[in-house]
Amino acid sequence: MPMNVISVSNVSVRYQSAEVVSDVSFDVAVGDYLGVVGPNGSGKTTLIRALFGLIPCTKGTISLFGQRLNEFHEWHQIGYLPQKMVSFNPYFPATVREIVAMGLLGRKRFPKHMDRNDGAAIAKVLELLDIGKIKEARIGELSGGQLQRALLARAMVAEPQILVLDEPTTALDPEAREKFLAVLQELNRTSGVTVVLVTHDIMGIGRYASKLLYLDRKLIFHGGFDAFCASAEVTNYFGEFAQHVICHRH
Amino acid sequence: MHLFDVFHYQFIQRALLAGCFIGVLCSTLGVFLVLRRLSLIGDGLAHVTFGSIAVGLLLRVEPLYAAIPLVMLSSLGILRLVDKAKIYGDTAIGIVSSLGVATGIILVSVSGGFNVDLFSYLFGSILSISRAEVVTSVVLSLLVILLLALFYHDLVAIAFDEDCAKIAGIQTRRLNAILILLTALTVVLAMKVVGIMLVSALLILPASAALQVAGGFKRSLLMAAAFAVFSVVSGIWVSFLANVPTGGTIILVNFLIFLAALGWGAKSVVTRQAFQEGQAGRAAM
Repeated sequence: MPMNVISVSNVSVRYQSAEVVSDVSFDVAVGDYLGVVGPNGSGKTTLIRALFGLIPCTKGTISLFGQRLNEFHEWHQIGYLPQKMVSFNPYFPATVREIVAMGLLGRKRFPKHMDRNDGAAIAKVLELLDIGKIKEARIGELSGGQLQRALLARAMVAEPQILVLDEPTTALDPEAREKFLAVLQELNRTSGVTVVLVTHDIMGIGRYASKLLYLDRKLIFHGGFDAFCASAEVTNYFGEFAQHVICHRH
Repeated sequence: MHLFDVFHYQFIQRALLAGCFIGVLCSTLGVFLVLRRLSLIGDGLAHVTFGSIAVGLLLRVEPLYAAIPLVMLSSLGILRLVDKAKIYGDTAIGIVSSLGVATGIILVSVSGGFNVDLFSYLFGSILSISRAEVVTSVVLSLLVILLLALFYHDLVAIAFDEDCAKIAGIQTRRLNAILILLTALTVVLAMKVVGIMLVSALLILPASAALQVAGGFKRSLLMAAAFAVFSVVSGIWVSFLANVPTGGTIILVNFLIFLAALGWGAKSVVTRQAFQEGQAGRAAM
């Protein structure tokens, strides 16, 4: 049985008086490609932020690679691409190469410095994502798609075992979006990288993800796509017609 | 007297030495503060410095040595307020800074009113800097620059994206505390150069000018340091020749550099955009 890299058990998150994530439990096994879907305000981003301790849970436990969150230190195993950076500054004086290099800090010890191997790792990921030509460009000069790929490169450069991406394709045109998702799929299939992808696109996610997690403050469904189409809970939630439309599109 | 003879005076040499070190310190730290939208923390801590100087004068302790621990403690107070009282950083800075000024006013009043010493701290008096103050300034500046160098990569990552820095395992809380403590120390040191009233300008202006024109992060730090050193040297020189206050002159030179950088930055953006559009056009053909 594959090892669980993420285990979420009875987790609730509360903002002031409102419970935005309620009693959610699920596991992500190594090599999974999990699509996290749900309507606006369903708690997807909150759940992802809670996974990494960016928001405290009011209840429940989270484990990464079998270790409780507060005991986990192997952060270089995880690559994270946020939905939008809380304080993104387009005038930040950093080049694409400098931004990507930040992804390597998790595996370095004090005093941290970059060496030749880091340069090779950065060059490799820039080439993989086809942004080698803009490595010396300032981030403020990039298009939405280029910026997203630069941030993905930062998440990938340390060759993490898990990639968690929160709505990474919202700023991309359809062509760039397809290319981006193809890269993710390739990483998942050939390198065995576990992918957790938060998206609104319930119609399209089944083409990529091996599992689906539907969230609407509480967990509506977690499992494979065939099970999603056969699930009575999903029928109750969406109605038979909507469930048929979603499943038929795949 | 030849125009450059001023540099032969020992008190000018002392002022240049301390001023350049503190200028480098302020400008490099300023880049981090400006990017983290913490520019006004310098202003807030300068107000606290006013209160701390008054404490020093009242207790007959060397004001610099009284100010260093008090301002550092206050800077930690700002962090704690943001953490515990769930208020924004600018509100916490406002609260602590007004407490500093209020304490200063009361202590000045209790001690019998303003005196010449307090004015020298308010408006700076780098030309009267003593040998001991030069040594303290240089040593502490080197210490702060060393710490900035040691934590450089982590500080840049936090300035760019604090959440991702946390997930990369960077101790963001500890580094925020270090950054704010270094700022407190820097504000106290810079007080002698430009005075309490203008300390934040020395943190903000060279950094803002460099951010207009520099490409990468390291280049921004180097340019900010170069602008600060140029402003200190030319400010001391011009103020001595024109017999005007040195602190104010240094800041005015910084402002002129900022204006020039603003113009140069706008021109560079237009050139870069034209170049990129040209490249995109050629690629499309």
